[in-house]
Amino acid sequence: MAEQLQQLILDTLDAQLTLPDTRALKIPGQSGLASSHDAQITILGALNSLLSREAISSHVLTPEGVQIVREGSHEARVWAALPERGNAPLGVQDLKKSVGDEAAKVGQGRAFKSGWIAKEGNGFVKAVSNITDTTQIELREVESSGTLAAGEKALAELRKRKLIIQRKGQWFTVDKGANFSTSIAKPETDLTVDMLTSGSWKKSTFKKYNFDADGIPTSGGALHPILKVREEIRSIFLEMGFEEMPTGTFVESGFWCFDALFVPQLHPARELQDTFYLSDPSMSLPPPSDYYERVARVHEHGGYGSIGYRTPWSHEESHKLLLRTHTTASSAAMLYKLAAKCRGEDIDGDLYAKAQPGATNANDDGFRPAKLFSIDRVFRNETMDATHLAEFHQVEGVVADRNLTLADLIGFMRTFFLKMGMKNLRFKPAYNPYTEPSLEIFAWHPLLEKWVEIGNSGMFRPEMLAPMGFPPDVRVHGWGIGLERPTMIRYGINNIRTLVGHKTSIENVENSPAVMF
Amino acid sequence: METFPIDKSELFERLGHQYTTEEFDRLCFDYGLELDEDTTAEVEAAIKKGLPAERPQLKIEVPANRYDLVCLEGIARALRAFLGKQDPPQYTLAYPPGGEKDLITVTVSKETQRVRPFFACAVLRNIKFTPMSYASFIDLQDKLHQNIGRRRSLVAIGTHDLDTLTPPFRYEARTPTNIAFAPLGRDTVHTAAELMQIYESDKHLSRYLHIIRDSDVYPIIYDSEDHVLSMPPIINSEHSKITLATKNVFIDTTATDDTKLQIVINMVASMFSEYCAEPFTIEPCKIVFPDGSTRISPDIAPRTVTARASYINSCTSLSLTPSAIQSLLTRMTLSPTISPNDPDALSSHFHARVDIIEDAAVAYGFNNLPDIFPQTSTVAQPLPISKLTDVIRNEWAMAGWVEALPFILCSHEENFSFMNRPDPGSLAVKIANPKTLEFQVVRTSLLPGLLKTIRENRSHALPMRVFELSDVVFKDTSRERQARNERHAGAVWCARSAGFEVVHGLLDRAMKMLEVPRIAKGDGKDVGYYIKEGDDPAYFPGRAATIYYRPPPSKTSKTGELVGELKALHIDQDRDIAIGTLGVLHPTVLEKFEITYPCSALEFNMEVFLKRS
Repeated sequence: MAEQLQQLILDTLDAQLTLPDTRALKIPGQSGLASSHDAQITILGALNSLLSREAISSHVLTPEGVQIVREGSHEARVWAALPERGNAPLGVQDLKKSVGDEAAKVGQGRAFKSGWIAKEGNGFVKAVSNITDTTQIELREVESSGTLAAGEKALAELRKRKLIIQRKGQWFTVDKGANFSTSIAKPETDLTVDMLTSGSWKKSTFKKYNFDADGIPTSGGALHPILKVREEIRSIFLEMGFEEMPTGTFVESGFWCFDALFVPQLHPARELQDTFYLSDPSMSLPPPSDYYERVARVHEHGGYGSIGYRTPWSHEESHKLLLRTHTTASSAAMLYKLAAKCRGEDIDGDLYAKAQPGATNANDDGFRPAKLFSIDRVFRNETMDATHLAEFHQVEGVVADRNLTLADLIGFMRTFFLKMGMKNLRFKPAYNPYTEPSLEIFAWHPLLEKWVEIGNSGMFRPEMLAPMGFPPDVRVHGWGIGLERPTMIRYGINNIRTLVGHKTSIENVENSPAVMF
Repeated sequence: METFPIDKSELFERLGHQYTTEEFDRLCFDYGLELDEDTTAEVEAAIKKGLPAERPQLKIEVPANRYDLVCLEGIARALRAFLGKQDPPQYTLAYPPGGEKDLITVTVSKETQRVRPFFACAVLRNIKFTPMSYASFIDLQDKLHQNIGRRRSLVAIGTHDLDTLTPPFRYEARTPTNIAFAPLGRDTVHTAAELMQIYESDKHLSRYLHIIRDSDVYPIIYDSEDHVLSMPPIINSEHSKITLATKNVFIDTTATDDTKLQIVINMVASMFSEYCAEPFTIEPCKIVFPDGSTRISPDIAPRTVTARASYINSCTSLSLTPSAIQSLLTRMTLSPTISPNDPDALSSHFHARVDIIEDAAVAYGFNNLPDIFPQTSTVAQPLPISKLTDVIRNEWAMAGWVEALPFILCSHEENFSFMNRPDPGSLAVKIANPKTLEFQVVRTSLLPGLLKTIRENRSHALPMRVFELSDVVFKDTSRERQARNERHAGAVWCARSAGFEVVHGLLDRAMKMLEVPRIAKGDGKDVGYYIKEGDDPAYFPGRAATIYYRPPPSKTSKTGELVGELKALHIDQDRDIAIGTLGVLHPTVLEKFEITYPCSALEFNMEVFLKRS
């Protein structure tokens, strides 16, 4: 039918040169003219590839308008119901009975205003002997033509009285185009294998390609945006010669998470409201005993140039199991392992032992420099909101070497953050129980036009390193940043809960752009 | 980090300079403080509108270890020294005319050791308060109570008008009914037992009652005429309360931690000794302990630490002379001395040598240190498990699956009953103190998180294909930490029909990429995987399978051990180990997770595929 209709349009155009009003068409297979809205939609479909379109509006009667056309306006009906002057007037109640409540109410006012009726005693009588019911006449005109010759002002008045409403309707004016032909043979849309085989591509005409249209969506999967950022940061570490640390221990003891790092046992971070403790299992097995003794001693009594915390040591606090609050707990275990040779221990089967050429020098104390990194999940007993989660990812870099300086640490971080696209850094003195000096890292945010804190860093304290067995000239740097924050900035996300957790939208994952710092 | 409001004009007057907000921000930054907010604009706007307004304040974030910077007096003193405008004050103990024998004595009774054992005190003579310094004095006590005093549980402070009291004093502990006095703010006398009842409904004090409530004796301080000074850590007495007009102040501090106690008494006494007729002098007291030993309190004798200039230089890449370092440290209020015999040695009172390095570096300016890059040369090395994980993550994403990132913590029922899996008690690690029911256990399976992801994405077009490669945690009593992480791979398919073969295809793809061939049970092949009907109740009966892996024959003892470990968990027969499950999820599981479409799931242990060398 679509093709027949197209043909009809083209034939009509061919004959008449122009098709001024598509409502005059008769759609093949349908009786009557195509004056209905639906019919015009069908015609629109047929015309869509063609040309100029002109839309206007028309009016139709409301149910009340229809009634007026049939029975006359309210005022005319009121007038008709009343007796001639001189006869007994008709009371209000009788009038209502005669023409109905609505007509009596509206019609009475308008009839008075037009001077058609007059009041006599408790009732009404006709004031004139004949009337012209303009409303009815106008509505008849609207009914037949969709408009009024009297113009928009009269139409507006009828609309205001809710007797007519405007209805959008459309029809079309069709003219011949430059490539007019009465054939409906379609131009080709795509080059096909058949065309290549038959050679028909040489003669075919091709439909103009719509370069504004979208391509077809691909059907592949997607990686999670925050893990794409993780990948990029991981590459930076690897580019800088860092070794990835094992971090597969979500469960840590108070000893490894805090004590080994010289975090005092009474530190607020260790309180129940900040740290997830375990009920089952709740206590760790004893840590390596010599090391444990040395850590306990430096806390309670000091040593290695420190006065310690001078607070009684609690074994229970040290053995409590918890979910790690930072990956520095894993770094501590790794550094302890790194110092094994310095302690004179055999580290059979350890990756390091193999990576490091054997000690040949009698003065060799067993220490080998290391650059380590990790990116993994940590846990805090936080109430979740738009910027806080109970679990998030921490990025950590650790460098251990002889005679490292604070300037070295800053130099490392400048290179690292430059690779992340942050050129302008400054460092603020800060406090952290396990580093001294401690530095907060701030980067200039060119869009926010302010300094934004991006991470923390420092030199691990001798109170932490010496009990592990490191020689005194070995210094260890550490710095940490969150993974969520750079990701939120990268993707312009304000609510962290839309990034991590099951409430992440799959669609967002599918549509998150690649990350290239 | 805590933020404290400081009166702006008073601070700038003490610093002798009117800073712009930017200038002051930079000064704070270099010293290690953070200017959070300058309320000047806000105050001016309020005045313009004719609204009542306070004086402009600077809200300053102070590091958690700097209890000396939580009041105006302390910040002004520190910054004046940092700016080189004033040498750090030298605090001295001022003995009464008659010397040690005239000291105010406080006797500590034996009973106090059962409830709040430590006591320290000090006297500030001829003090002159202004309304501002008085408010600051009260405020400092409040802040110390909250931070270092850990909401008064570790340390509590009481301050008294000494002229209303008659020394010597006694620090005792008595049963609650044997204590009676009129507390601060009341003129009626109550027993301690009554006070504990009265303060139950006091918004402010009710928070501290638990500290002593369950003790059979309560701490209490008396003068020689049995006037109560205070009942620490709850309330002072009305009798000895200080006012703006108070001239001589007695400060008592009681504690359960002696180290923190000494910090607090020193802090309160030294900060406000500034307002004494002879500034920075503190009159000590003599404390007699139950064992007969005595102590002069407060102990402000500097704790001496010696650091070498060469060490400081070697930690900072600087080459400063000892006297240059001395002046840097003086700006950090350390006032070090250079040893006459060993000019490289600087002595100061502080925590440890590294603290001295930090102070020297702060005074020098972190951002002024030489721009260098360390020589440390090492070889980069990714973690084998990360590499393995990334291989499968990428393969599955290329296969059209979308990566999810649910939480690792979940509720007990999500991990067990929602999955139709009973809790054997030996599997999951349980959290003692979660704030919400969402975080009761560390997951032992990736599936609940994936199912929640599907649930939250119900408006997404079907089919949904989600996967995750991440850690689950199992209890493991053989390990120091009593638990171990295990890297799992998991995936869920959700569509109009269950699609067992779809997740099966995903497994096959992973195995193909890992070069693990499909084998059959008992076929004598060296290595491979196969699936067999299983009975995991999370799956629809008859649509559940177990995934078996046959690892390469063991060559080294190391591998043997590892396989042995896995054997203990799941064992079918021979070397074949059950590494996971797949199947059509049981409709009751779907119902629990509020999913109305059928799903198939896959989960297996990745760690068996690690290359062993």
